Amino acid sequence: MEAIYILWLRELKRYSRSRSQIVASLGQPLLYLLVLGFGLGPVFQKAGGGSYLQFMAPGVIGMTVLFSSVFSGIALMWDRQLGFLKETLVAPVPRLEIVIGRTFGAATVAVIQGLLVTTVCLIAGFRPVSISGVPLGLLFLALIAIVFAGLGTTIGSSLQDMQGFPLVMNFLVLPIFFLSGALFPLDHLPRALSVVTSGDPLSYGVDGLRAALIGRSHFGPIADLLVLGAFAVTLLCVGAWRFSKIEI
Amino acid sequence: MILVKGLVKRFGDFTAVDNISFEVAHGEIFAFLGPNGAGKTTTIKMLTTLLPPTSGTLEIDGLNPADEQHEVRKRFGIVFQDPSLDQEMTAWENMQLHAVLYHVPAKLRRERAEQLLRMFELWERRDDLVKKFSGGMKRRLEIARAFLHTPKILFLDEPTLGLDPQSRNQLWTHVKDLNRSEGVTVFLTTHYMDEADRVAHRLAVIDHGKIVATGSPAELKNQTGKESLEDAFLSLTGTAIREESAGSADQMRQVAKIWRR
Repeated sequence: MEAIYILWLRELKRYSRSRSQIVASLGQPLLYLLVLGFGLGPVFQKAGGGSYLQFMAPGVIGMTVLFSSVFSGIALMWDRQLGFLKETLVAPVPRLEIVIGRTFGAATVAVIQGLLVTTVCLIAGFRPVSISGVPLGLLFLALIAIVFAGLGTTIGSSLQDMQGFPLVMNFLVLPIFFLSGALFPLDHLPRALSVVTSGDPLSYGVDGLRAALIGRSHFGPIADLLVLGAFAVTLLCVGAWRFSKIEI
Repeated sequence: MILVKGLVKRFGDFTAVDNISFEVAHGEIFAFLGPNGAGKTTTIKMLTTLLPPTSGTLEIDGLNPADEQHEVRKRFGIVFQDPSLDQEMTAWENMQLHAVLYHVPAKLRRERAEQLLRMFELWERRDDLVKKFSGGMKRRLEIARAFLHTPKILFLDEPTLGLDPQSRNQLWTHVKDLNRSEGVTVFLTTHYMDEADRVAHRLAVIDHGKIVATGSPAELKNQTGKESLEDAFLSLTGTAIREESAGSADQMRQVAKIWRR
């Protein structure tokens, strides 16, 4: 158990020391929030969708958690190439404990990052409809973080080197974001797109956040919770399995 | 302490380790020598539970590394050929993390870490990030770390690669001291024959996966009729240069340097 804790703590320490990265990682969400939020806002309003900023803030929070947790998971590959992973893999500790510590460390970092962006959203004018939805929002934040930290661990354990990174970015992470309904409502979509979006875990994460924070939902919060929970368990298992197959 | 009998490791058609046998006694400093690609690292990986052998017998302190992974892992410390420190953490944090992973009792962690950091002259720099350390300091830290859980055996895979003569000399002095004071058995590989000559009680030479000679440095020199261990080594393994292609890890380290991580 102590091994899980120390590896979890390591992720947090490394995060807290990378100040420039923290600031840099806030840039993209800020850009989406300001450019799209204020740029497309009037059009969205005219179409009868209400405030676009209100609508999009949960999407931007979800995006931040997605990127942050996937990248923290992929950092596994750096540890592998730069050697530190060997130190943990040759220790008398079950690999399951190592992968749990790392993955939950990555998820925790992503939650913190998500809270930072939430603060930025609040400053920009985003207002949750009620305080009572906040705990549920936190739960969704944590679930999104766990799902994608599991995905990050899976990818980080499977990639041999940096060459595969653009592939993962362009064909997995970005599509997950763009097809999630973070930027547009999921109602009345063309059939094909609607099928794809409902297979995207982030759709349920962002929808859950919207249900909790702005009281608007496509799937319903119960369905969101169940689907996200299933994704979390599955990806954690796959991640642990891929991690157990790493050879050094 | 280490017993190897008829050990074989095949990767597909390629036989990396071909039916080797040797023993290392308790408290001995044993050097395992051979040209690049001779099978040294593969053998160390099998001894340290990282790779299952194709066939043959292995014993570490009476235990089989393939069956009793955790028990065996508690008994040895290892310094890999490539660095395995967390560069973004301090020397002290690296030590503490290791202490937890190796179940060093909480009471002993600080005391033992301090003792080793002082011994390896890193105590003053304990709160500095490892990425600010020189190559020699990083190596010293890795060896100090490997001793933290009082292992019975220490594996050193080319620990002095890329170090200047001063650092190499100092490093071996520490290892010999700890060998004497704590009675730790040392299993090392190196390409510097003068080091092996000076440090090792006994050595084995491996080439193309087979052991071609074993004995004390003096015995090997006698056996080949050469003055230096370097000449003895060359006469045992020939003068042809072994080509090795860079692995993905080497390529990545280049990328990492550019990315400054």
